[in-house]
Amino acid sequence: MSLIDSLPRVRTLRLPKADGLMQWIVPLAILALWQAACSAGLVPARVLPAPSDVALAGWKLARSGELFINMWVSFWRAGIGFLIGGSIGFAFGLANGLSELSNKLSDTTLQMVRNVPHLALIPLVILWFGIDETAKLFLVALGVFFPVYINTLHGIRTVDPQLIEMGRIYGMSDRELFSRVIFPGALPSIFVGLRFALGIMWLTLIVAETIAASSGLGYMAMQAREFMQIDVVVLSILIYALLGKLADSFSRLLERLTLAWHPAFQKH
Amino acid sequence: MQEALHFRADAEALESVHFVEQARALRRQPDAPHRGLGLTIRGLKKSFGDHEVLRGIDLHIPAGQFVAVVGRSGCGKSTLLRLIAGLEKIDGGTISFGEAAKPDDIRVMFQEPRLLPWARVLDNVEVGLGRARKSADARARAEEALAEVGLAEKRSQWPSVLSGGQKQRVALARALVGHPKVLAFDEPLGALDALTRISMQRLLERVWRDQGFTAILVTHDVSETVALADRVLVIENGEIAHDIDVTLHRPRQRGSVELARLEGAILRELLKGGEELAI
Repeated sequence: MSLIDSLPRVRTLRLPKADGLMQWIVPLAILALWQAACSAGLVPARVLPAPSDVALAGWKLARSGELFINMWVSFWRAGIGFLIGGSIGFAFGLANGLSELSNKLSDTTLQMVRNVPHLALIPLVILWFGIDETAKLFLVALGVFFPVYINTLHGIRTVDPQLIEMGRIYGMSDRELFSRVIFPGALPSIFVGLRFALGIMWLTLIVAETIAASSGLGYMAMQAREFMQIDVVVLSILIYALLGKLADSFSRLLERLTLAWHPAFQKH
Repeated sequence: MQEALHFRADAEALESVHFVEQARALRRQPDAPHRGLGLTIRGLKKSFGDHEVLRGIDLHIPAGQFVAVVGRSGCGKSTLLRLIAGLEKIDGGTISFGEAAKPDDIRVMFQEPRLLPWARVLDNVEVGLGRARKSADARARAEEALAEVGLAEKRSQWPSVLSGGQKQRVALARALVGHPKVLAFDEPLGALDALTRISMQRLLERVWRDQGFTAILVTHDVSETVALADRVLVIENGEIAHDIDVTLHRPRQRGSVELARLEGAILRELLKGGEELAI
């Protein structure tokens, strides 16, 4: 029994079971406050409907099946666009991080394209692809590409050269060096890129769907605006918030699974 | 709080002083001693840009000798070691090993442990097997090497939870696991605290005696060289200024008069060279 153990625990006070719920206290409190303000008549329903009305609208849309169809369409677009853009970004990041020749050939071009806000391409994309799926997938892929590319490249470039030297001394082949030293070393940075990319993915998709689409969450919100269904508009916004949170939790889970070695992810 | 900290520091120091004993108890019977590899260096030169770091080194190290290389910062001692280990290109001269040497025969241990943070301790040791990594007994050999340095119970830990001394012992196990014939140490104990360093020196001496490899130790610490080495090379301005045989019996008693006298003599030489430089 050391002295440390017998010291009263002041700072490490924990509610293990409540840990997962703690993060929801603030959002729920805001919801409650909002409901109270609406019920008391402080906020007119035309400006902001009460959460209960929004929930009711959600229930109606869910029963007609419209909500799930639109959510699924958006989810599908986001996922496919993310896969396409993310894989290309990852591939370029690897190539340019590992090969000086590839880097010299493509990095300048990519950096130039990066500085064009990809949403500014919407008019051009509509002219090229119309308002069908290709346009949305193209925009999402383009938006996702850069954060994945830049962070993969950065991760590979900043792997500790001493570790690479160590790997070479111990006779690792290029392939082994990559799988045992370079890739695991670049992984934390790749995850940063992934999380940025997930944010950009939703942003791009919603903007694209709001401007040019015939299905999806963004389209649902725009149509509701036409018919002055403010509860559906608010519902869409709340769904974006939830989906964003979901994507973030997913990438955190991946991080925790693959970066167990990292001091930041170890339990103390 | 102050008291608590003291308590922990003491506990750690005790633990590290005893690890050599623990290692002895845990260790299996040593294999038949592996012979070291002798090496001969002739007219070795190396420059970085206009700066000539080594200006013609001639040296023969017999198989199994423990050689320490000392010198002031920037005298070229680390460069010599990196050339021997094949980490830099030779500008002039030759380094030849007694027999037909394979790259796996020569291993280096650095000042930093250079462990893979994303591999568990045992996997890090396995890296040291080089091309034999895929053999069936790789795991058993790694465990044996880990027991040799007294860390068998840490096999499935992440490196980030180990202390500095423990990390360096894992690095030593990784260097030993392939049974190298030449082991080059580039200030391996430079970053450790005094007590851990002494325990590590004893550990180095023991594995060297058990395995019979040729040891080349580059260090700033003159007391370390006289405690461990058969022979001390003092390098000044890219040349071997002194070549001193240390004939004291092993195990050497730390703080004994002979050691102190020898240490003093070497230090005086080092400082003399430095004063000339300063002018």
